[in-house]
Amino acid sequence: MIRTNNIKYKYPGGKDMVFPDIQCSSSEMLLVLGTSGVGKTTLLHLLGGLLSSQHGNIQIGEIDMTKLSGAEADHFRGKNIGIVFQQNHFVDALSVIENVTLAQTLAGNKVDKKAAQNILDRLNIGDKADHAIKNLSQGEKQRVAIARALINQPKVILADEPTSALDDSNCNEVLDLLQEQAKAVGSALVVVTHDTRLKDKINHQVIL
Amino acid sequence: MTIIQLAWRNIIKNPLNLLMSIILFGLGVGLISFLLLFNTQLKEKFDKNLADIDLVVGAKGSPLQMILCNMYHIDNPTGNIPIKNAAPLLKDLHPLIKKAIPLSLGDNYKAYRIVGTNHDLLELYGAKLKEGSLWAKDFEVTIGKSVADEAGLKLGDKFVSSHGFNEDDHTHDEYSFVVKGVLEGTGTVMDQLILTNTASIWLVHSGHGDEEAHDEEAHGPSIKENTEPAQEDQVQQNSNADLLHHMDQEITSVLIQYKSNKNFQALNFGRNINENTEMQSASPAIEMNRLYSMMGVGTDALNALALLIAIVSALSIFISLLKSMRERKYELAIIRVLGAGRSKVFLLIILEGLFLAIIGFIIGTFLSHVGMEILAKYLKADFRYSFTGMKWISEEWYVLGVSVVLGVLAALIPAIQAANTDINKTLSEK
Repeated sequence: MIRTNNIKYKYPGGKDMVFPDIQCSSSEMLLVLGTSGVGKTTLLHLLGGLLSSQHGNIQIGEIDMTKLSGAEADHFRGKNIGIVFQQNHFVDALSVIENVTLAQTLAGNKVDKKAAQNILDRLNIGDKADHAIKNLSQGEKQRVAIARALINQPKVILADEPTSALDDSNCNEVLDLLQEQAKAVGSALVVVTHDTRLKDKINHQVIL
Repeated sequence: MTIIQLAWRNIIKNPLNLLMSIILFGLGVGLISFLLLFNTQLKEKFDKNLADIDLVVGAKGSPLQMILCNMYHIDNPTGNIPIKNAAPLLKDLHPLIKKAIPLSLGDNYKAYRIVGTNHDLLELYGAKLKEGSLWAKDFEVTIGKSVADEAGLKLGDKFVSSHGFNEDDHTHDEYSFVVKGVLEGTGTVMDQLILTNTASIWLVHSGHGDEEAHDEEAHGPSIKENTEPAQEDQVQQNSNADLLHHMDQEITSVLIQYKSNKNFQALNFGRNINENTEMQSASPAIEMNRLYSMMGVGTDALNALALLIAIVSALSIFISLLKSMRERKYELAIIRVLGAGRSKVFLLIILEGLFLAIIGFIIGTFLSHVGMEILAKYLKADFRYSFTGMKWISEEWYVLGVSVVLGVLAALIPAIQAANTDINKTLSEK
């Protein structure tokens, strides 16, 4: 579902970063491991189209992302890529469920409140649907972020350090949730992390 | 959740942050709209009351005062003129004059002026009878709509007039007027007048000629000591010809309409009166223009002040949006991640500026109309002029237009900044 070929990136004044080719199919899981400073976040932003690649191809489904214009990339990302960040941000003026349905609107999909509630229920925060974001704990926010990334049933889910701030039990739980939900909607799941605890849990690995 | 809804939610999430700029904007809009409302209605009133009167002739004094007194009924007379002086104007054969209407002022009922005149006055203002009849005999009156509505006079009612123009001055209780007719509303000064014949005014004042001889100038026409006692005959003095039989009596002024005001002789006519008689003449159009230009300086200063407030408030909207945008940079980045293009983020901030401006406009419009309504109450009490805050004038659409433009302009730079935010950089910050 996602496949890269020979991608490189160079920040102004920085040195060339060369990334190994990766590949991950639907309902599968890929772990990209690397220590701090090797360009994990850069890779994730390239895969998500937040940065435009300077070299190589990024194929998602039938589309080569590197060929898309800025506006096309925004639209494509909304529809086909869900991203979970280490530190997640929300629209504070909206409730939990509205933050999820906002993802539907911005992707150009119809608002389906029932689907949003379902996904929140599956993540065990259904009872907080109408709460304000700022009243949630860090762990609850993480779940809302996962719900938001999944709501449009994207082809690819990118997760940036989803577990590094969590203790062992929460780490397992979040990973299980991600895995389970990605499978449920048939997405390819790419986890980028330096968290070595995940090493034993995901077989398919790439080291930066 | 559309972009419009999202913009609205962002505005109402933390209203206190934006309160200051909204109030400021509301004040600027309110002041501008108030000035528009007031000026429009004032000019409308003045213009309606011009009633195609070309010239006012009265006693020497301030020409503006004479106009304000005899046409707008908001000032005291400059004095009276003897009929023998005014006789050339009142004769039917004058080649320049189409209509010459005598006015005699001096009494009031509950601060509504009693005007001694003839039936031609009605035509000038397009006034029509609503019920009853026009005055015919002495002490019969026909009243304007406001007099009927506010002073509570009805057909057949009798009342006693008060002297001068303040209702608490002493009353002439030996003579009572009777209401014979009520006029339809015209929106002109006609609505607030009590009309009767000239002789009634003389009669009221003849009863105690001695005791008021000392203040007759200030109070209006009164009988000269040597007048023949024609008033006892209850003659109907409703035509100019009748007045000419009483050369020793006085009237306050004559309103004149020319046959053609393009005639160059008409231009000299007024000057002749001023130079060669003991009377003075004044053109309402010229005097009112003089008044407007005097008021204009004050209005211009207020307009400039209002515009300044509006611009400062737009600046304050600009600063609040810029600040709120910087606080929300992660939020805006996330919106981009979720699929919104730069144009949508741009639109979001523009819409927020627009909403602020529209809320400000609504507050300002509300304030100005309430303010106008309050002022209208005072104006009514003091001048018997009816203004209203309940009227929407077309200029207010321009104010809305300017508000919208200011709102968009204020949001422009923050919106451009928001659209150009580098999401990769923003989200890489830890």
